[in-house]
Amino acid sequence: MNKREFLRQVVSFLPAAGLLRMFPETAEAKELISAPTADYDPTKHWYGMGVDVDKCIGCNRCVEACKAENAVPEEPFYFRTWIERYKIRSDGETTVECISTREAPPEQAEPEDPNVVRTFFVPKLCNQCAHPPCVQVCPVGATFQTSDGVVLVDATRCIGCRYCIQACPYGARYLNPHTRTADKCTFCYHRITKGLLPACVEVCPTEARIFGDFKGQADRLVRFQRVNQISVLKPDLNTEPKVLYAQLDGEVR
Amino acid sequence: MSGAIPQGLYEQLSHQLSQVIGFIYPNEVETQWAILIVVYPYITGIVAGAFILASLVKVFNVVEVQPIYRLALLTALAFMLVAGMPLQLHLGHPERAYEIFFTPQTTSAMAMFGFVYLWYLMGILLIEIWFEYRQQLILMAREAKGLMKGVYSALSLFSKDLSPEALAFDKKASKVITIIGIPSAFLLHGYVGFIFGSVKANPWWGSVLMPIVFLMSAIVSGIAMVMFLYILLSMLRNEKLDMRCLDKIGLFLMVAIIVDFALESLDYIHRIYQSEESIGILTQLVSSKLFTSLVVVQVLFGMLLPLLVIALVRIFRLNEELRKLLYFTSSLLILLGIFAMRWNVVIGGQLYSKSLRGLMAYKMEITGIESLVMALALLALPFVFLTVLFWLLPPRWMKTNAPGTA
Repeated sequence: MNKREFLRQVVSFLPAAGLLRMFPETAEAKELISAPTADYDPTKHWYGMGVDVDKCIGCNRCVEACKAENAVPEEPFYFRTWIERYKIRSDGETTVECISTREAPPEQAEPEDPNVVRTFFVPKLCNQCAHPPCVQVCPVGATFQTSDGVVLVDATRCIGCRYCIQACPYGARYLNPHTRTADKCTFCYHRITKGLLPACVEVCPTEARIFGDFKGQADRLVRFQRVNQISVLKPDLNTEPKVLYAQLDGEVR
Repeated sequence: MSGAIPQGLYEQLSHQLSQVIGFIYPNEVETQWAILIVVYPYITGIVAGAFILASLVKVFNVVEVQPIYRLALLTALAFMLVAGMPLQLHLGHPERAYEIFFTPQTTSAMAMFGFVYLWYLMGILLIEIWFEYRQQLILMAREAKGLMKGVYSALSLFSKDLSPEALAFDKKASKVITIIGIPSAFLLHGYVGFIFGSVKANPWWGSVLMPIVFLMSAIVSGIAMVMFLYILLSMLRNEKLDMRCLDKIGLFLMVAIIVDFALESLDYIHRIYQSEESIGILTQLVSSKLFTSLVVVQVLFGMLLPLLVIALVRIFRLNEELRKLLYFTSSLLILLGIFAMRWNVVIGGQLYSKSLRGLMAYKMEITGIESLVMALALLALPFVFLTVLFWLLPPRWMKTNAPGTA
């Protein structure tokens, strides 16, 4: 390559580089739309969710709403929230099924089985642990806990090593096949910071899901916590979940 | 950001979903850490093991093993150069890997691995090899002509000093580095074990014994690899082996297997006796999905059989040819067994649901990034590097008065 050629390439490269710089800016601009409003103070909140197991009818609308709201891949391998169905028999045998992976709802009701003593649905989602193992293991700090207690993933920083997916005891994370980064429930962070409810809570027809703020006075979640006997999932792992369950059967893990 | 996922991935996941037994969390269908993450601890283990074998010569003055000192060092280096590759390749965003070094999160076991790796490669292996070869590189630079003269001079970092004091310093430096190197090698592979052992969400991994089990199995695999290469090279070059050396390596290998076997047994006994919540599903896992790779390949063929063979070789004074053949076969079996051990840890830990209610499947892709072909290529690469290293840094000494002969 001679000098003239070199200079010509440099000259044509510079505007091209300028053009390339625009891409991250547009991405940032999009981010801003979902960012909290200027007067939002994360330190004044500590978000959580209450799930009343007895109220869940297994309609799966929360799962659909979540997938639509958060661009979760439609294929049945990726869920930010999902519904499990438990069937407990008199001999103690428990069968569990994830109804959210079904392709279509069953056409006929299951025949009555006298040996089944109890059936119920359990909505699952990221527990937004106060002591999150996923955050602890992330090698680059791409997954982090905000001051309002929500665990988020910075998709522009995540390297896709999947260590956080391994570290989550609840199976709440997946690798988004489109972004190739870790993905999970954010409590619809783009909504809650504007005072809206998470999509799953918004659409639940039976109010089985209660979203709230532990720091809020007379908050619905605080009331939920007060009037119900509360359990959390896998308490022995000391992750301190902020998703609280009422009427939870001991069989549920 | 939506649309259909890649067809290959869809087919793989659909197949894996159809193979699920019992209940799993829906996100668990995908095997997050696949074959490349099996290759990674396997290769890293060989590095640590080969180095520890080499250090026996320098630190503990085991003179019998002197002939393979350089071979062991170069083996460690060749595998070390490949150790980071499977990690890099399996990332969703390999182009962001540098962030581990620039913005590491100190609470992450994985983040620190980058530094441990670099420290071991730059701080220990390369420096030790340089001191070991400095004298020879100067001599080779003197004799070589043209381009190679420049290469050898550059490799010796343009040092020229062959005075007895300088050579004595080489020896001393090499010893000091080895002394620092042993804990570093322990750290390197113990650390890999910690990456798995610290995952409390996964009872198959989350064991306090994991780092030490990884370390012992690393030593076993490193010694076996050097033994395998030593015999193979002597066959290729049609040279006579130093049987004293080989027998000594055999002894170390036997001891290492016994310790490794004891530790792994302890882990299983402990689990069975404590019989925690996860014991039911883990028993199911071992007796179905992992039966062949764990009970048959890892334990029977990869551990007990070679242990028996090496013990018999030592008890009955067999002739040289037969001993060589048995050592050779044993080293291959052990290498296979340790690979199975890595498989059983990495893949095994992802074949059962964290709900403890079901088992998943893993269907290995044949081609692609996370595939069998890639794994085989990565496993073959150290041997390519080793060939280049042998050519560049001959493991044989130039002068007859020098100690090494391999």
